[in-house]
Amino acid sequence: MQRLKRLLPSLTVMAVLIAAWWLVVVKTQSVIFPTPWQVVTGTGELMQNGVLWEHIGASLFRVGSGFLLAVAFAVPLGLWMGWVRGAFTTLNPIFQMLRPISPIAWIPIAILWFGVGNASPIFLIFISSIFPMVVQTTSGVHTIERRYLRAAANFGVSRATVFRRVVIPAALPQIIVGMRIGLGVAWLVVVAAEMIALRSGLGFLIIDSRNAGNRYDLVIAAMIIIGLIGLLLDGLMRLLEGLKAVQWRYAR
Amino acid sequence: MPVKIVVQDIKKTFRSDKGPLPVLEQLSFSVCDGELVAVVGPSGCGKTTLLNVIAGFDQPDQGLVTIDGAEKLEPSSQGILISQHGSVFPWLTVQQNLMFGLNGHADSDREKLADHYAAMVGLKGFETSYAHELSGGMLKRAELARALVVKPEILYMDEPFSALDALMNLRMRNELLRILSEERHTVVLVTHDVEEAIHLADRIMVLSSRPATLQAVFDVPFPHPRKLSSRGVQELKVAILRELGVDSDSA
Repeated sequence: MQRLKRLLPSLTVMAVLIAAWWLVVVKTQSVIFPTPWQVVTGTGELMQNGVLWEHIGASLFRVGSGFLLAVAFAVPLGLWMGWVRGAFTTLNPIFQMLRPISPIAWIPIAILWFGVGNASPIFLIFISSIFPMVVQTTSGVHTIERRYLRAAANFGVSRATVFRRVVIPAALPQIIVGMRIGLGVAWLVVVAAEMIALRSGLGFLIIDSRNAGNRYDLVIAAMIIIGLIGLLLDGLMRLLEGLKAVQWRYAR
Repeated sequence: MPVKIVVQDIKKTFRSDKGPLPVLEQLSFSVCDGELVAVVGPSGCGKTTLLNVIAGFDQPDQGLVTIDGAEKLEPSSQGILISQHGSVFPWLTVQQNLMFGLNGHADSDREKLADHYAAMVGLKGFETSYAHELSGGMLKRAELARALVVKPEILYMDEPFSALDALMNLRMRNELLRILSEERHTVVLVTHDVEEAIHLADRIMVLSSRPATLQAVFDVPFPHPRKLSSRGVQELKVAILRELGVDSDSA
């Protein structure tokens, strides 16, 4: 009941927006732009013939592969850059220069290097999500409070133990923030990449629906599904914030 | 009692944008084994810097610090620093914190030792709690237990109870005295609280304002438990406050 009460304002605004959308389409007698109901029936059509699941699966496979690959590189790299001053001073300028380049700008290079197939979008997702994760992980190490490092030094434990038992757990909350940002960017990029260079995935579904007879009901259906899956992925990442090992960061 | 810590003519200057900032100036004193020495002085005079230098976290520009005759060049578990802001690792439980510094022991021994010291400071039943699940007083107890468990010869305490309310502060002082009566440690306590210094210390050193020099040394001749309202204690407090340039009537 309490949850419903909390969601009520959002649900109300959503209902008003849908009603306004419906009203505008009916009033303007648009033949191309669909009503909300047409979007619902369009979604049903996609679900029934199984096309939707194939496209969702293709997009999630690419995001999953590229993102996990990026995590495997970015987290150790960020920890290393944060912990070893020489690594930071050497690599940080390169990362800072590459970071502002839009992942979309990498599409021609991705196609040139990897051709038209899954490797290109996986590379794009990798390249787009690695930067926020490296930056957040490095910053997570740099912002560890000195008192913890001093306490560890006081007990005379080895540098490897300090790294394993102080640096990694202290930086973990920020690593998770980086992962959340990285996954969000990855989901944005996969849709864009699929629109340009692929023949499957939710991005392709949007372009294909428009090209194959202006099926804007399917275009909007795909857009809404993209939004919902994005929300779901963020929710999954937020579950990590509930881990006992990072709750200290959110307490008090 | 044999001499444990010798501070010999130490001088420390920090560099800042506004030029050099001398903090410690020609400081010399010694601390005997098992003695509790309190260092008091005006705010910002360099008490914490002095403690950092003695504990090996910082090096003096001139002079020497020796522990048992050996020059102190880096921190070690021979002396544990308990800082004002606390440093209990919040991602570890109380027991894991206590086990952190116990190297070279079998796991079962580490657990036993950690549980023993948790009980000693009154944290029995809270071994699996995290820092954010503890009160301020309990956190201080955990910090104290984590220091004691490695059996340090020296405890460096930097205003350890200053963040606690008056009642908890008093309880922690008594707790510390009880522990020190059970286990022998040399203690260097930095505090701005003259009453706390008189309550705990065998000797009180008064530092001047920055750059800190040793202005006066007071012996505290009263046996434990000390009655803080006694005439002798009050007279000593007035004398120390006078050294600190505080009018005792308004203190």
